[in-house]
Amino acid sequence: MNLEGLEMVAVLVVLALFVKVLEQFGLFEPVSLEDSVDDEFELSTVCHRPEGLEQLQEQTKFTRKELQVLYRGFKNECPSGIVNEENFKQIYSQFFPQGDSSTYATFLFNAFDTNHDGSVSFEDFVAGLSVILRGTVDDRLNWAFNLYDLNKDGCITKEEMLDIMKSIYDMMGKYTYPALREEAPREHVESFFQKMDRNKDGVVTIEEFIESCQKDENIMRSMQLFDNVI
Amino acid sequence: MAAGLATWLPFARAAAVGWLPLAQQPLPPAPGVKASRGDEVLVVNVSGRRFETWKNTLDRYPDTLLGSSEKEFFYDADSGEYFFDRDPDMFRHVLNFYRTGRLHCPRQECIQAFDEELAFYGLVPELVGDCCLEEYRDRKKENAERLAEDEEAEQAGDGPALPAGSSLRQRLWRAFENPHTSTAALVFYYVTGFFIAVSVIANVVETIPCRGSARRSSREQPCGERFPQAFFCMDTACVLIFTGEYLLRLFAAPSRCRFLRSVMSLIDVVAILPYYIGLLVPKNDDVSGAFVTLRVFRVFRIFKFSRHSQGLRILGYTLKSCASELGFLLFSLTMAIIIFATVMFYAEKGTNKTNFTSIPAAFWYTIVTMTTLGYGDMVPSTIAGKIFGSICSLSGVLVIALPVPVIVSNFSRIYHQNQRADKRRAQQKVRLARIRLAKSGTTNAFLQYKQNGGLEDSGSGEEQALCVRNRSAFEQQHHHLLHCLEKTTPVGPGSLLSSCCPRRAKRRAIRLANSTASVSRGSMQELDMLAGLRRSHAPQSRSSLNAKPHDSLDLNCDSRDFVAAIISIPTPPANTPDESQPSSPGGGGRAGSTLRNSSLGTPCLFPETVKISSL
Repeated sequence: MNLEGLEMVAVLVVLALFVKVLEQFGLFEPVSLEDSVDDEFELSTVCHRPEGLEQLQEQTKFTRKELQVLYRGFKNECPSGIVNEENFKQIYSQFFPQGDSSTYATFLFNAFDTNHDGSVSFEDFVAGLSVILRGTVDDRLNWAFNLYDLNKDGCITKEEMLDIMKSIYDMMGKYTYPALREEAPREHVESFFQKMDRNKDGVVTIEEFIESCQKDENIMRSMQLFDNVI
Repeated sequence: MAAGLATWLPFARAAAVGWLPLAQQPLPPAPGVKASRGDEVLVVNVSGRRFETWKNTLDRYPDTLLGSSEKEFFYDADSGEYFFDRDPDMFRHVLNFYRTGRLHCPRQECIQAFDEELAFYGLVPELVGDCCLEEYRDRKKENAERLAEDEEAEQAGDGPALPAGSSLRQRLWRAFENPHTSTAALVFYYVTGFFIAVSVIANVVETIPCRGSARRSSREQPCGERFPQAFFCMDTACVLIFTGEYLLRLFAAPSRCRFLRSVMSLIDVVAILPYYIGLLVPKNDDVSGAFVTLRVFRVFRIFKFSRHSQGLRILGYTLKSCASELGFLLFSLTMAIIIFATVMFYAEKGTNKTNFTSIPAAFWYTIVTMTTLGYGDMVPSTIAGKIFGSICSLSGVLVIALPVPVIVSNFSRIYHQNQRADKRRAQQKVRLARIRLAKSGTTNAFLQYKQNGGLEDSGSGEEQALCVRNRSAFEQQHHHLLHCLEKTTPVGPGSLLSSCCPRRAKRRAIRLANSTASVSRGSMQELDMLAGLRRSHAPQSRSSLNAKPHDSLDLNCDSRDFVAAIISIPTPPANTPDESQPSSPGGGGRAGSTLRNSSLGTPCLFPETVKISSL
C-alpha cells in the first residue's frame, strides 16, 4: 500500500540523518576518510639538479659563462629542473601564435629527449643546443636527421617525412597569403625525396642525407644562421 | 609571458635546424645583433636602497622603462648606477615582476600610489598577476567610486553656485532637487510631505468602523461611508496638490523624457491616476469592482515619501542591486515548496477528512511551515506526514537563511558608503577652504615682499631684514616671474595681485603670508603649512609680546625662515578691518615691528588674529 511504502521511506530517511549526525560526533567513522587524507599531501614537485658545471663544460662546447646564463634562464622558467612534453609544447607555441606548432614541438621534444624518459633536463637541453649552435655542419645535419627519423631506425621513410612536413606547414597557420594548398606538403616531400634519395629505394639514409645536403649550396649557406644565436 | 620568451628564444632559433634541409630557398641571414657574451650586474639605486640584478632580467620586458634605453636617462656616471628618486618599497614589487614575470599588488599600500609607480616604470596595470588581480580591481573600483561621488557632489552643488543667468526652469528644478537652497523650496518640501501623510492617513482612517451616534442599529459603517463628503474633499485637495507638483516638476525638468521615465515620476502618476479614473468612470455596479481595485493603488502615495527620506532610497537601491540574490532565494524556495508539497500530499492521501486535498493545497502548508509560521490550519496526521513535515520546517530555515546575509551585507555596504559620502561632503568645504587659503599664500608672499621693498634696487644693507634676503631660489625666481608679468602690462604695480585675490582671502592671507612664505618653498603640502602655522603660534607669542622691537626682529629671524609671529588674541569684533593695509609704509624697507590689528570676517579657521610682523 501507498502509505506503508512512504512510511518506509520516511523511516529510511530518518535513519540516514541519524547516521550523519553520529558521523559528526566522530562516533562512527566510515572508512573512506583515511584514504583521502594522503592524497592531499602528495608531492607534486620533483626536483632535478644537473651535473656540475665542469662536467657540462666538458660535454658541451659552451663556455662557463654561457652555461651559467643558460642555466639561470632555464631554472627561472622551470624551477623543478625538467621540462615535460606539455610545457615544451606550450613554450614553443608562444613563438608561433598564428598556427599550430604542437606536432612539431612533439618531434622536437623527442629529439631533445635523448634518453627517452619523457622529460628534458638541463643536460639534454644544453647538449642539444651545443650540437646545433656550436657543432660542425655535419653535426647539425646529423641532428636534423635524428629529428626527422621519428622511429629512430636509421632511415627516413616517406610517411615520416610527410608527418614532419605537415607539422611544419601547420605551424604556418591557415591564414597565409597565398593560401597553402592541401597537396603542398606532399609535393614538398616528393621534391625532397627526389633530391635526397640517391638510390631511389624510397627511404633516405643518413649517408644519403648528409651527402645531398653538402652538395646543396642553399643549405650550406643557411647554416650560418646559428653562428651567433647565443 | 615575455620572460619566458626571451629565455627560450635561443632554443627556438636553434630548433630551426629542423627546417634547414627542407627549405627550398636559402633562409635569410641572421640579424647582426650580437647578444652580449657576458651578463652583467646592474645596480639600481632607488632613493638610497640599492637593488642589483642581471641585465638580462631587465631586458626581458623591452617595452618598459627599465628594459629599454629609457633607463639611460637615469644613469649616474659618477657612481655607475641608475638612480631613481622613487619609493623603494614599491620598487621591490616592480623588480620582482621582472624576475618572476608576475606583478603582485602590495596590500598595505595605497592603490593610487601603486598605480603611479606602475605608470612611471611603464608597466600596464593589466600585468598584475592573477593572484592579486581581483583585490587590485576591487580596491581600484572602490577608489574610483569614491572619487566619482566627490565629483558628483561638487557638481550637484549644494553650494549656492548657480550661474546668474539661470532661467526660471533651472531655478525651479534646483529648488525641487535641493530643498535646502531656498526657503520657498523648503516650505514646498514640507507642505508636500504633510499632504502625503494626510492622504495616507485619510486612506487608512476611511476604513475604520465608526459607530453612528444616533443609530443603535445593526452594522457599523466604515468612516468612509459615513462621511463621504469630507473624505472626498480631502482626497481632492491632496490630489490637486500632487498634480500641481507633478506638472511643475515636469515643466522644470531639464530632460522631460528622462524625467517621465524615472521611477519617482511613475510613482507620482500611479498615485494620482486612480482619482481621475474614478472621476471619469460612472458609478454603476459593473465597474465598481474595478473602482475598488483602483483605490488600492492610492496606497502607493506612501512611496512618494522616498523623496523625503534617504534611507528609503537606499533600501530601494539595495533591493535593486541584490536582485540576483533575491531571485535565487525565490527560485530555491519555489523548488523546495513543490518538492515538499508533493511529498506531503501523497503522505496524507490516505487519511479521510484531510486538508491536503491537492498539491496546490499543500503549497500553503509548505510555505507556512518553511517560514516557520505554523498557523496550524493544515496539520499532517500520518506518521510519514509528520516526519516529512518536520524535515520541511528544518530545511525551510536553511533555505531562507542562506541568501539573507548577502542582502544584509549589501545594504550595510551601501548605507555606510552613503554615510561616508555625506560626511565627506561636509568636510570637503572646510578642506577646500584651507587649501585655497594655503595656495593664496604664495601670491601674497610676493605682495608682502614688494611691500618690504625687495623690488627696489637699492640694497639697504642690514636695515633690510635678513629674512627678506633669505628667500629660497624658488621664491626668488617665482617672484621675479610675477614681477616680469606685472611689468609687461602697462598697469601700475601692485594692481595685478591686489585685484586677483578675493579680498577676504587677501586680508587673511597677508597676515599669514609671512609664515606661509617660508613653507611655500617647493612643497605645496597644505596641511603641513597649517601645522607649521600653528606651531609658530605658541612659542613665539608670549616672548614676542614682551620683547623689544629689536629683539623681536632677531627672535623672528633666528630660524632661517621668514617667519612672523602670529598671536591669537581674541579681539572684540568691533575692530574695523584695516583697509589700507596693502599700501602701508612697508615700502621704505625700514625694519620695525608693527602691531596690526585686524579682524577677519571669515567663518572658519582663524577667527581673530593679531599679528606682529617683522618687516
